[in-house]
Amino acid sequence: MSETTAPAAERELGLEGVGCERRRKEDARFIQGKGNYVDDIKLAGTVFGDFVRSPCAHGRIKSIDAEKAKALPGVLAVLTAEDLKPLNLHWMPTLAGDVQAVLADGKVHFQNQEVAFVIAEDRYICADAIQLVEVDYEELPVIVDPKVAMAPDAPVIREDVEGKDTVGQGPRKHANHIFTWEVGDKAATDEAFAGADVTAREEITYQRVHPAPLETCGCVASMDAVSGQLTVYGTFQAPHVVRTVVSLIAGLPEHKIRIIAPDIGGGFGNKVGPYPGYVCAIVGTIVLGRPVKWVESRLDNISTTSFARDYHMTGEIAADRDGKIKALRVQVLADHGAFNTHAQPSKWPAGMFSIVTGSYDIPAAHVVVDGVYTNKAPGGVAYRCSFRVTEASYLIERMIDVLASKLKMDPAELRLKNFIQPSQFPYNSVLGWEYDSGDYPTALNKVMEAVDYRGLRKEQAEKRAKGELMGIGIATFTEIVGAGPSRNCDILGIGMFDSCEIRIHPTGTAIARFGTKSTGQGHETTYAQIIASEIGIPSDDITIEEGDTDTAPYGLGTYGSRSTPVAGAAAAQAARKIRAKAQKIAAHMLEVGEDDLEWEVDRFRVKGLPEKMATMKEIAMAAYGNVPAGMEHGLESVDYYDPPNFTFPFGAYICVVDVDRFTGEVAVRRFYALDDCGTRINPMIIEGQIHGGLTEALAIAMGQELLFDDIGNVLGASFLDYFMPTAVETPHWETDFTVTPSPHHPIGAKGVGESPNVGGVSALSNAVIDAFAHLGVTHMPMPHTPWRVWQKANELGIDR
Amino acid sequence: MIPANFDYHRPASVDEAVGLIEQYGDDGAILAGGHSLIPMMKLRFATPGHLIDLKALDELRGIEDTGADIRIGAMTTQAELRASAVAAEACPILAETVDVIADPQVRNMGTLGGNVANGDPGNDMPAVMMALGAIYVLRGPGGERETPANGFYKGIFDTERAANELLVAIRVPKPPAGHGYAYKKLKRKVGDYATAAAAVILALEGGACSHAAIALTNVGPTALNAGDAAKSLIGTSVDGEAQARAAELAMEICDPVSDMHGPVEYRRNMAGVMTYRAIAEALGRAKGG
Ligand SMILES: Cc1cc2nc3c(=O)[nH]c(=O)nc-3n(C[C@H](O)[C@H](O)[C@H](O)COP(=O)(O)OP(=O)(O)OC[C@H]3O[C@@H](n4cnc5c(N)ncnc54)[C@H](O)[C@@H]3O)c2cc1C
Repeated sequence: MSETTAPAAERELGLEGVGCERRRKEDARFIQGKGNYVDDIKLAGTVFGDFVRSPCAHGRIKSIDAEKAKALPGVLAVLTAEDLKPLNLHWMPTLAGDVQAVLADGKVHFQNQEVAFVIAEDRYICADAIQLVEVDYEELPVIVDPKVAMAPDAPVIREDVEGKDTVGQGPRKHANHIFTWEVGDKAATDEAFAGADVTAREEITYQRVHPAPLETCGCVASMDAVSGQLTVYGTFQAPHVVRTVVSLIAGLPEHKIRIIAPDIGGGFGNKVGPYPGYVCAIVGTIVLGRPVKWVESRLDNISTTSFARDYHMTGEIAADRDGKIKALRVQVLADHGAFNTHAQPSKWPAGMFSIVTGSYDIPAAHVVVDGVYTNKAPGGVAYRCSFRVTEASYLIERMIDVLASKLKMDPAELRLKNFIQPSQFPYNSVLGWEYDSGDYPTALNKVMEAVDYRGLRKEQAEKRAKGELMGIGIATFTEIVGAGPSRNCDILGIGMFDSCEIRIHPTGTAIARFGTKSTGQGHETTYAQIIASEIGIPSDDITIEEGDTDTAPYGLGTYGSRSTPVAGAAAAQAARKIRAKAQKIAAHMLEVGEDDLEWEVDRFRVKGLPEKMATMKEIAMAAYGNVPAGMEHGLESVDYYDPPNFTFPFGAYICVVDVDRFTGEVAVRRFYALDDCGTRINPMIIEGQIHGGLTEALAIAMGQELLFDDIGNVLGASFLDYFMPTAVETPHWETDFTVTPSPHHPIGAKGVGESPNVGGVSALSNAVIDAFAHLGVTHMPMPHTPWRVWQKANELGIDR
Repeated sequence: MIPANFDYHRPASVDEAVGLIEQYGDDGAILAGGHSLIPMMKLRFATPGHLIDLKALDELRGIEDTGADIRIGAMTTQAELRASAVAAEACPILAETVDVIADPQVRNMGTLGGNVANGDPGNDMPAVMMALGAIYVLRGPGGERETPANGFYKGIFDTERAANELLVAIRVPKPPAGHGYAYKKLKRKVGDYATAAAAVILALEGGACSHAAIALTNVGPTALNAGDAAKSLIGTSVDGEAQARAAELAMEICDPVSDMHGPVEYRRNMAGVMTYRAIAEALGRAKGG
């Protein structure tokens, strides 16, 4: 059968549209080593820049002597803060309203802070020259603990903002204090606690971690001295925002700046913020007139560019005797390091942390977050999560277990008792969110059945009787993603819309461009599927392009699981505009009224006369030759989509672990993850995202941590120590799903990339702690490394 | 992560190599597989002016059965050792140890000589060589000499080898036929150095332990010979009680540092657990299990 006569169902499958397990377009080049990453960009005449970094975590710079370095043959320049001052680029604004030193201005605030930027003919000379720059420091007392930072007589970390009553996010109450953010009804919460049958309290720290994408951050900046055109290739999750920021802080006209994000080897939030390396490379190319490349080493990446978390939380929960939750109270000390470079677009200093009531119908809640400075690298970012959602989710999922143990109730039962019910959607949470859709009981019941939860509890009881440790961890999380409605979110006043531009070629193939930027999510594959289903052009006939600000429509980039909720919606909307125009052209071609036509997969048919039809292919050609009078030629559209609300993906995870009480090793025996991300565009990509996110969750829960010693030395900032699991350490992941579409998204999709990190950490941590629950343990600090788990066993005397 | 400048030499004979080592003294470094030395150079913790690469010296390669011993050339890679039928037959603990060192890429490059000459307490082979009673064959300007693995290690990166000597081979006396063995290593992930590890060789005669050797990895400034622990097994049936006592004695000689693997107490205790488990496994093997 020809493509024009095949049955509709067959033609629909041929499109490889929404729901198809289409193979990833981008993998052909990645698995052949033919990706094009920043360090693969080789422009003629490129020179290399890298940093002299501070060995001490807090100190005054007494002198910088760069003469020996400058004298080394092949060294072109050594930039210090003094050199950047005339350009007013020695400090730069952060996305959180603070400022960050580009090159240390008289003082260093954390170990490995950027002190000078050396530019040389090649990276080898550059490395030698860095060692020749002599910097003299006067060391100052170091603060690595946020609690110590708030002590009355604590040394002042940020002298540059000393005496200022705000650093962009409201009043400060201490020289090392950044902001206080309060949400919820304190009085109602206090009252609920006062009258509650049962209350529980726990101190829960989410350790400092780093996203550690496999490709580190870097850029190549190239100024064309003749045209005045600046081109910057870089690891940018949000290329357009970078262009605007560069224009604003460097004072260059925006039309003379072109930002190109080539293939990016993972971002996980690490590549959202602007870094000193970008600024110095740009200054370098302007000064030298040659392209300047800067690429971080692993050590630089883990120890200086944005970390995540470092949230020190106190949770309190109140309930009645039979387990109905009455109120939640949360206090957070948020360690932001030396500068508040919290890279997040919401209007709130703690992002979406107020999603902390989770999947539960909690009538009263009160949250206070205090941000503080310490002598540690600045941040933080959302490590594969929507801004501070992981912290919030971890807090509530832990507190549910803490309450369950206090009530001597099964944690699954307690969850089922307190879930927001399907009939309550759209649900208004007490902390101000409107959850779009969800069905939590169905999800949890499905998972409990799949793993035989009752059977597992029985086995656990038997094991405990024999002195063996087995843990079962549950997480029933709700995310808030898809930043975001412009009333809630912006960057530098630019709304958090995103965009899609589609052009249909005369022969019926297409190109679509987006304001987002894949860092591995597979946009080239999934965006084409959305468009294919909307306008009946096969996915394979649609080229997807992102990352070049000269060609892509303005967008806010990829993070916070926003690509599908926002740019994916723009794709559907832009496609619908195409279809609307196509319908007019089809009516003209078939000499009928527009309303006489009906859409079928890839064509319009005349109602009642199904043999009369115009296919999208035919319409495309007509758009360039045979358009109705008064209509413009061409078949193109663009859509800027400002989402009416966030989306709220959710999931139910159960994790089963066996703990070796002699060594503290934890083996994940089973991990069952059910995710509901609304409409599923490509189930295979979803599964890949879940596998990757769960593996990161395993890394965080079981090993990742940036530790510091008393004098601020960062410990374990290489893959020797910083836990990056391989296939050997990764358990088998079982995945499952339910589908509860988002009612406000054009195709009902919610976004999925980050759910497994958010839910996975809680499930794993809950499982480890549950292994000790019968011994009276309610909490253990993450990460659950063998030595920490062993310490608990040792303390309980069960390690012999 | 870029080494400082150095000159590169590729001697064609052992004598030429020894001459170069003598000539450059402290400014020279012997390069074998490079998988300990080059990472140190990239961090500029090591900045030798001259690298003397042993790659071309085929005479330092290979595994030979010499009757009472097996003789392993210093430049034999860990992967070659793993694949050797001679080693597997006489001394299966070698292959068991290679399997928990780093990853296949490292094992394809890294040599046995480099692993034992390096002097890093994190290396796995020194403890195994101690448990096996191996002899190191060194060649200097004055000729060859032999020195036992037990006593070779003096401190972190400090060994009996003189700066102008080359390790040419390792002589491993064959353990008694039918011996039991085990190398138990606790690590955080594949490719990691040991939190603690224990090598055990033992033999039984008429149900009683007639020979025992125990050595520990990464719980002190060097690999440690747990001689008292081993002695405590002799004459016993190596029952649970004897295993636990030996593990206690092994723990007593540990002097680990606190690092990202865990605090001192943890690592000391893990040396005990690894010893206990290695003895149990070795016993099972000695009994033909
Ligand atoms: C990621 C990674 C993980 C690792 N994990 C482990 C592990 O778990 N366990 C483990 O044991 N090792 C581990 N290693 C180290 C690895 O086994 C090395 O290969 C080994 O330690 C050194 O052998 P080499 O041949 O590479 O020696 P090189 O690195 O070339 O040399 C090491 C040192 O020994 C000296 N030397 C080498 N040969 C001679 C000789 N013939 N005579 C005198 N001096 C000599 C050199 O001068 C140098 O000082 C790891 C390495 C890496 C990169």
